[in-house]
Amino acid sequence: MKIPTAKGADLSRRDFLRSGAAVASLTLAPGVTLMAFGGSQAHAAADAGKRWGLLIDANKCAADCSACVTACSDENGWKGAGNPETDAQWIRKITLKNKATGRETTMPMMCQHCEAPPCVDVCPTGASFKREDGIVLVDKHTCIGCRYCMMACPFKARSFVHEPTVNQKSHAPRGQGTVESCTLCVHRVDKGIAPACVEACAATGHEAIIFGDLKDPDSDISKRLAQFPSLALRPDLDLDPGVRYTNL
Amino acid sequence: MERTLYREIKATRRVWELAAILLGFIAAALGVFFYVEHHGHIVTGMNNQIVWGLPHVFAIFLIVAASGALNVASVASVFDQQVYKPMARLSALLAMALLIGGLAILVLDLGRPDRIIVAATTYNFSSIFAWNLILYSGFLAITGAYLLVQMSVGMPYWIVRKVGLLAFVWRLALTTGTGSIFGWLVARPGYDAAIMAPLFIAMSFAFGLAAFILVTVTLCHLSGRVFGPLLMQRMGRLLAIFVAAVLYFTAVRHLTNLYSAEHAGFERFALVDGGIFTTLFWLGQVAIGGIVPLLVIFHPSFGKTPAAPVVASVLVVLGGLAQVYVIVIGGQAYPMELFPGYEVTSGFGDGSVASYRPSLPELLLGLGGVAIALFATGFGAKILRILPTSLSDANVGQKR
Repeated sequence: MKIPTAKGADLSRRDFLRSGAAVASLTLAPGVTLMAFGGSQAHAAADAGKRWGLLIDANKCAADCSACVTACSDENGWKGAGNPETDAQWIRKITLKNKATGRETTMPMMCQHCEAPPCVDVCPTGASFKREDGIVLVDKHTCIGCRYCMMACPFKARSFVHEPTVNQKSHAPRGQGTVESCTLCVHRVDKGIAPACVEACAATGHEAIIFGDLKDPDSDISKRLAQFPSLALRPDLDLDPGVRYTNL
Repeated sequence: MERTLYREIKATRRVWELAAILLGFIAAALGVFFYVEHHGHIVTGMNNQIVWGLPHVFAIFLIVAASGALNVASVASVFDQQVYKPMARLSALLAMALLIGGLAILVLDLGRPDRIIVAATTYNFSSIFAWNLILYSGFLAITGAYLLVQMSVGMPYWIVRKVGLLAFVWRLALTTGTGSIFGWLVARPGYDAAIMAPLFIAMSFAFGLAAFILVTVTLCHLSGRVFGPLLMQRMGRLLAIFVAAVLYFTAVRHLTNLYSAEHAGFERFALVDGGIFTTLFWLGQVAIGGIVPLLVIFHPSFGKTPAAPVVASVLVVLGGLAQVYVIVIGGQAYPMELFPGYEVTSGFGDGSVASYRPSLPELLLGLGGVAIALFATGFGAKILRILPTSLSDANVGQKR
């Protein structure tokens, strides 16, 4: 097997395999490289000076709208086979009913990109990892499919791929028998573009999801967090999630 | 009194028949493995809420029983109880076999079993799961060494005792690790309890001894060797102590939870209205696996028959499987609270008890693990001098 390289020279199959990560960056999209290889490769594009996060305004989230879910599914190539129990659900809509007042609100739920992620703690192989910019990912090459991270996640944010995958996106590789979850659209974020759910929500005019750098005091998200009350899910666990909710 | 002689069991027709049946179960499990590997876990009853299913119930039962099966050897060489010494070799062999059977299920159920080498070479030391891999391999190595020094002619007994002590300490660490797989899951109200570790140790004592009694009775029966009624009765009494310990830790766990309003919801689910889980808890674990075995063993007349410890052991195994089912599946089925003070609903079962229907492939995989453990034990007893020629009451406790 001969594979043309950037320099135009030919490589044997063995050379190709030996060259490892360098080849991956030649043959695959940049986003793939980040998730495909752990360690320094995975962190290469991550900026330790940033912490990416989301602020979800429940008041602006419309009950009959699921544009964020559709956008995520289209962007990342996961699609349900009609069985919510086994389908991948990187993001889902949940409905909250106040037990005291009966008031109902809806909002999207996804990986909370915790500062102290239980999924990363429990993963036996280190396939679950957190980038320096706070994005929690699964290295699809070292995930053995034990599902212990799913046992540990307080938010049911992770999905196990139960069936053969179809229509994969080159920037979001999926694999039967491995675990996956919201990547905060890391392939877009590294290019300076907001996640697909944020973009889709804004396009509907709701603007219920704000994306930004939690470490930057001048970012829109930081200003809003400083100005208005907000909630981190499961505060009892002290996980410091990167996703915050407001106006429940 | 006679000297204890260890001899291989003879390959009679019944031994071959039993081996064929066990190999049939192992073949079925391998078939399931390839079937699930090809089609994905969609062909099992497991889903994104009940991520560990029936295979894990069998696997955890076997792993817990493995460390408990070693107790007979520990009682002999660490606590110096002479009557248990002739059974110490079988105890070590059974412990290794049960662990291998349990681990085989876990590996065959992985989403990517082909990456087992990744699990063996890439460790995340903050994961109790990764620590367990070290504890499991260490257990096999130490118990193997323990068996070897026991079987070596002319080995000074103090060496056997030292290795036995190491194996005993290691097995306590191993079961602590297994219990902590659940105890350290802070997010789920059904887990997140330090008492999981000692509870699992008590469970291992009971399940392991029950398995040991059943396997020894079977092997003695197959090879026409005597298993003394007094010895059996004594082991039955020991089993009763372990069964009572499981009930004790279970009671403490639930009483502690009941005291805190935070856990009232889970306790109500576990003890009152959890459907199959409540039934399995009271009928399976508490009655069949706890109270009835105690009544059987301490029954004034039946308790003195050789059948009593056997019946009690069967009940302990059945109750134990029910208990592990309630812990593993029930703990996942009960919903996690996302927003305190709110009722949460979604298309992904938020706020409601997750449904799970175990499938035939899962059952076959679990039974395959049991078959691997039993076949390995029988094979070991067939090719090695493991089983004494007699475990009669007159014969026990003579050889140091």
